[in-house]
Amino acid sequence: MLNYLARRVGSSVIQLLGLALLSFTLIHLVPGNPVRTMLGGRASPQQVHQVSEALGLTRPLINQFLGFLGHLLTGNFGQSFTFSQGIGSLISQRLLPSVMLILFGTLVALLIGVPLAVVGALRSDRPIDHGIRIFTTVSFAMPTFWSGLVLALIFALKLNWLPVSGYTPGFVGIVRSLTLPAIALGLSLLAVIVRTLRSSVRHVLSLEYVEAAQARGFSTPRILFKHVMRNAIMPTATVLAVNVGFLIGGTVVLEQVFQIPGLGTLLFQAVQQRDYPLVETLAVLSGAVVVLLNLSTDIMQGIVDPRVRLGGKSV
Amino acid sequence: MSDILLRIENLRISFGKDDRRVAAVNGVSLEVGSGEVVGLVGESGSGKSLTCRSVIRLLPPGGEMTANRVLFEGVDVQSLDRDALRAHRAHNVGMIFQDPFSCLDPTKRIGEQIAETLRVNVGLDREAAKVQALSLLEDVGISSPERRYLAYPHELSGGMRQRVMIAIAVATKPKLLIADEATTALDVTTQAQILDLIVRLRREIGMSVLLVSHDFGVIAQVCDRVAVMYGGYVVEFGPVADICNRPQHPYTRALLDSIPTIESAGQRIRRDGIPGQPPSLGEIEQGCPFVNRCSYASDACRTLELSMREVGPGHTSACPVTIGSGS
Repeated sequence: MLNYLARRVGSSVIQLLGLALLSFTLIHLVPGNPVRTMLGGRASPQQVHQVSEALGLTRPLINQFLGFLGHLLTGNFGQSFTFSQGIGSLISQRLLPSVMLILFGTLVALLIGVPLAVVGALRSDRPIDHGIRIFTTVSFAMPTFWSGLVLALIFALKLNWLPVSGYTPGFVGIVRSLTLPAIALGLSLLAVIVRTLRSSVRHVLSLEYVEAAQARGFSTPRILFKHVMRNAIMPTATVLAVNVGFLIGGTVVLEQVFQIPGLGTLLFQAVQQRDYPLVETLAVLSGAVVVLLNLSTDIMQGIVDPRVRLGGKSV
Repeated sequence: MSDILLRIENLRISFGKDDRRVAAVNGVSLEVGSGEVVGLVGESGSGKSLTCRSVIRLLPPGGEMTANRVLFEGVDVQSLDRDALRAHRAHNVGMIFQDPFSCLDPTKRIGEQIAETLRVNVGLDREAAKVQALSLLEDVGISSPERRYLAYPHELSGGMRQRVMIAIAVATKPKLLIADEATTALDVTTQAQILDLIVRLRREIGMSVLLVSHDFGVIAQVCDRVAVMYGGYVVEFGPVADICNRPQHPYTRALLDSIPTIESAGQRIRRDGIPGQPPSLGEIEQGCPFVNRCSYASDACRTLELSMREVGPGHTSACPVTIGSGS
């Protein structure tokens, strides 16, 4: 088990290094110059050179990259070009809304998705299963900004239940301002959850130990929740962890639509301004979240299913 | 053996939709006395598993059963509502299956799986269920039960897993134990141990056993009576000694002839088995299902109405031909 963990952690570190290199290269390849964007069109070449030198952009690329890595490793992340503060404090200010949005969105997707998947598996290929499939496909096909706008139109403008946009701190404020974007985000994730969970529940239901449990006279809810779900949940958890990256992408768009001051809007601004260190840091950190989540699902797999635990001794 | 625990009359099980419905069991009648061990023997697809599953109405999806009666202790199993059926499965009948690995939840410790049955079906609390589960593990011949209680299914051998399945099946002291090919997946030594265990528990608990096997040797070892099944029919039913010594149906005879004997061991005798293939589902419209493989068959066999006739005391056969004893 320790050996297994060490290997998984090692490969995660390599993945993150690759990610750092990739995001560094990409943002430097994108046309546009942070200094020109900052100073505007009328700046003289001399001014541009001065500022570039001050920001360290005249150094060789390899040195810039190493400096970036150094910042990542020490955890102070350096200075943003455009915002006159450190990247670390910038991110910590913007972190909460985004994290809440992702958690809330995932919760919405699970609350709707898990029951739908179970019903679909129990009534597979019946009308209700087809209905669920059509619903999830449509929800998947709708872009998040579109479903977000439609939700805002109905529940905010017409019914006036929730704010159209903006973000209020405090528990009630967070729930009220994040409900609509979270539903939009959850809808985009719904299809993946329902598809994966439905097929794994169906598979587990067809296994003999389910039949054996029925032969024992156990009730359907008991069989479903005590025996089937535990065995069926892992593929969905894995898919969910992989899709967190996709959710982070979703927040960038949704935070724009709903005017939420989170990491998504910050990333959007950073890209527009070609704020190299800020874009790079945000990319690597969100990548780190995805990598860590995948690592923890792998570990969780070992906890849920004893057969995955490697090096277990037989009795 | 005067009390009849289970009586199945004219059981039919079919699959498929309306006009394309095919019968897998064609009017099987059977009885099991209390404390008796009855065997169901036949090739794959002869309907033996389906027949024994009808006792707890646990058919594969799409299967539909009809019967004049499936009486268990005088109550027709067909009339039970959902809760009564669950209680029937929980208390009256224990079942063990062919593959003891896939019948246990792979993510739960085996002790917990036994204890769960005791908690849910007997209503014991956590502590009592654990104590009882440990003693059940000991009962089924698992050494150091305390340690094995914590094992996961994949950490046990096939024979041990089958012992665990048996412990679960007899946890509620059922009146009938259904063993569906319970020893088929095990090696011969383990097979004998498991059979011994079943016979011992049957005596201790006083339950009846319905033993399904394709192996006449297994049946002959432990059964009082045996029903020989072919193509969804019971073709012969009677005391096991009687059937082994004086098989009346040509199929039973062929089946017995295909078993290697001690005398033939080491000799290079090729046993051809029974020529031909068993009929596939829906192939038999009328007449005897065995007609195409039977050496006694005549044209009359293709149209005859299958019925059991008495050929000895408590011994019935579906074949109108009388064969001399022995071969």
